[in-house]
Amino acid sequence: MITYSFLQHYWWLIMSSMAGLLVFLLFVQGGQSMLFSLAKNEDEKKLLVNALGRKWEYTFTTLVTFGAAFFASFPLYYSTSFSGAYWVWMLILFCFVLQAVSYEFQSKPGNIFGPTTYRAFLFINGVLGTFLLGVAVATFFTGSEFTVNKGNITGMGSLGLVISQWQSPWMGLEALASFRNWCLGLSVLFLTRTLASLYFVNRLDHNTLENRSRKFVLYNGIPFLVFFLIFLIWTLVSDGFAVNSETEVVSMEKYKYLHNFLDMPLVSIFFLLGVIGVLYGIFATVFNPNFKKGIMFAGIGTVLTVTMLLLVAGFNNTAYYPSTVDLQSSITIQNSSSSEFTLHVLSVVSLLLPVVIGYIIYAWRALEKKKFGLEELKTDGHSY
Amino acid sequence: MDLLLNSAMVNWSRAQFAMTAGYHWLFVPLTLGLAIIMSIMESIYVKTGDESWKRATKFWQKIFGINFAIGVATGIILEFQFGTNWSNYSWFVGDIFGAPLVIEGIVAFFLEATFISIMFFGWNRVSKKTHLTATWLTTIGATLSAFWILVANAWMQYPIGMEFNPDTVRNEMTDFWALVSSPIAINKFFHAVLSGWGVAAAFVVGISAWYLIIKRHVDFALKSIKMGAIFGFISFVLLAVTGDGSAYQVSQKQPMKLATMEGLYEGQAGAGLIVAGVLNPKKEAFNDEVDPYIFKISIPKLLSYLGYRDLNAFVPGIKDIIDGGYKLQDGSTALSFAEKKEKGQKAVEALVNYKVAKESKRIAEAEIFEKELRDNYAYFGYSYLENPEDNIPNVPITFYSFHLMVIIGMYFILLFLVIWFFGRKQKLQSAKWLLYVGLWSIPLAYIASQLGWIVAEVGRQPWTIQDVLPVHAAVSNLSSGHVLTTFILFAVLFTGLLIAEVTIMVKQIKKGPDEVYKNDTFN
Repeated sequence: MITYSFLQHYWWLIMSSMAGLLVFLLFVQGGQSMLFSLAKNEDEKKLLVNALGRKWEYTFTTLVTFGAAFFASFPLYYSTSFSGAYWVWMLILFCFVLQAVSYEFQSKPGNIFGPTTYRAFLFINGVLGTFLLGVAVATFFTGSEFTVNKGNITGMGSLGLVISQWQSPWMGLEALASFRNWCLGLSVLFLTRTLASLYFVNRLDHNTLENRSRKFVLYNGIPFLVFFLIFLIWTLVSDGFAVNSETEVVSMEKYKYLHNFLDMPLVSIFFLLGVIGVLYGIFATVFNPNFKKGIMFAGIGTVLTVTMLLLVAGFNNTAYYPSTVDLQSSITIQNSSSSEFTLHVLSVVSLLLPVVIGYIIYAWRALEKKKFGLEELKTDGHSY
Repeated sequence: MDLLLNSAMVNWSRAQFAMTAGYHWLFVPLTLGLAIIMSIMESIYVKTGDESWKRATKFWQKIFGINFAIGVATGIILEFQFGTNWSNYSWFVGDIFGAPLVIEGIVAFFLEATFISIMFFGWNRVSKKTHLTATWLTTIGATLSAFWILVANAWMQYPIGMEFNPDTVRNEMTDFWALVSSPIAINKFFHAVLSGWGVAAAFVVGISAWYLIIKRHVDFALKSIKMGAIFGFISFVLLAVTGDGSAYQVSQKQPMKLATMEGLYEGQAGAGLIVAGVLNPKKEAFNDEVDPYIFKISIPKLLSYLGYRDLNAFVPGIKDIIDGGYKLQDGSTALSFAEKKEKGQKAVEALVNYKVAKESKRIAEAEIFEKELRDNYAYFGYSYLENPEDNIPNVPITFYSFHLMVIIGMYFILLFLVIWFFGRKQKLQSAKWLLYVGLWSIPLAYIASQLGWIVAEVGRQPWTIQDVLPVHAAVSNLSSGHVLTTFILFAVLFTGLLIAEVTIMVKQIKKGPDEVYKNDTFN
């Protein structure tokens, strides 16, 4: 019953779900990108920073665990993408380093650079971090320029010792030359800003900010929808990277991703439910001034949509990290996963995930019994 | 073997990893130790209801928070660098090495990051007992996190529970419990965590001593210094015990590292342990006749005893390990570097031949090559080394780091004992000289902690994974310019953040616990 193939699919499902959760939690970054536009004075900025500052560790921890989980379950992707798309990943990491200290340091005396600098760090993390993550994920559908030859490590070949070799001198930045990649990058950026606006509507005890946040839901929700639809439609009508399940030969297939949606009806249904959740969260908040639960619908919708999109990238005999210079170097869940034994061990550990999710929900709720306002901030015990 | 590698790129990748790890370990030890100290303080507060303990808890928690932020900032780069700069490594051993990292994320880091929010923001939102539980869970999370990272690191020093798979061209895990229960992992965990406790104890004692010198926050300082001294004394005594365990394991599994730590070129039966010494810079080759020391003070036979639990045991020197021919503990004869290299090359050739035979579906032939590969795989990594010298870590760095670390460790045992004694006699406030010594000893604890990692990591060179994969074969296909640029980028960033962190801490300390408490409550 629990075959190697089952474990590989199970771990791709976990990675996809983790990515979905990560994109939802990037609302923190989305909020950071609006610090200088949504907030008009110091009190408002302080309120936004503190509302987001109570959640940044969840996003950060999810990103760290996501990276480690990729390393453990699909090490060939980890070694190929991170080394090859060097600059994309280094810039993403750079942004997150800036974020990690900025909450704690910004209001402390002696922080040298001043609060505005740390808020600028948060802004950079909010814009660049989300956009580049979107671009990196887009390459799952558009491909990258690399070759993989595991035999290189013997040093006997003519290509040098390294297994994964990137062919573009831009080391990942060449992904920015594709408008399709830009579309997903921008849709992630605007989605996270939309989610942040919905979060503020839900959490803040501040009429002005709440009303402004409602407008920001619309201002960001529309560009999100436009860029997401362009990416989605473009992907559905494009050729995809299909894998022959018998021979493991990779070839181009017309409408591959559309076929994947059609071949996996459950995935399609959850994808549509996710999209509907996001749309409902956005439009109910915009059109009903008393509706404050948009973040719940859009949050769950985001998790579902992103999870299903990544299942479409990896399931149904599809190369999830395709190479455009050598199709046979493309990375699939079969050729990139850890061994059956390791996936078994990791799967046992994954049984702890419900416990982890349980205590996260407990901690989240424990700190959110009341709405968050300026008065609340004064008695909070650890304000930024 | 022509490796077609750019040595500048390899060196910049090493420098980048070393720099990130060095910065990371500046902040992590303090959080590991402060976590315990503030948890104990809060426990006392909850038990006694004495507000002064709450004040003390919140003060140290503030310092913890500042360190935690910069600790995770440097930590994320470390994790992803395995992929960015060490891609061959990531594929070749990712099947084994990745597991402890993801378990750390799921089991430990989430625990720490979740409950830290209740610890910081929950004082007025959850009950006292719930808050205390959150504080302890944060501490447990941080400590568990260290455990899984050290399981991964220990495996690099002593790779077990694995088998090479020629079809996937990588090492694969065969025994998870062998990894987790590796004696090196267990010992490393205690040694590293205790060193964190030691750093935190030195920090708490030093800051408290400063308050006593300037006669501010005297009650808080007395409480903290006494607890810090007891905690520090116990930590450093246990550090000595686990350090002994480390030395024993190094002698069994990494004899070259032990020889380098001691600057021992010629092996001896009944070898002495060097207490202090100066290496001779004229010693240029492992096999020249130059005396390796200008001077040395050693305790006779102690190295043999520490390494092999036998006063007369033979401890191989660097030259012996290169030349081979001496008797190992199991009665077999040690192989020379040349023999190991030959076996490594046989393993690589067998792997290449196996792949060719397999692709041509010559199964019987493939099986023969597979057997040859397995027979020689223990020395696979030697195929990448050219000369015997490639197998020798940097002797001066390892030697001085080791001895300085031990000397500082012994110094702290004595210091904490004296402070403890003066505290019991109620004479701490009048012993200003002792308070100044306590204050100025803070950097020493950091230095010792860094030196410990330098011994562990420089002493392991040239290997990323002992005997399996040397550093220069573990890299990614990058240009040295790219790596140099990111090195500079992170060096500037980390240095800037370190300066900010230190000045913030100094300001917080100058404010003192009363001010911090007041600001936290009524800000």
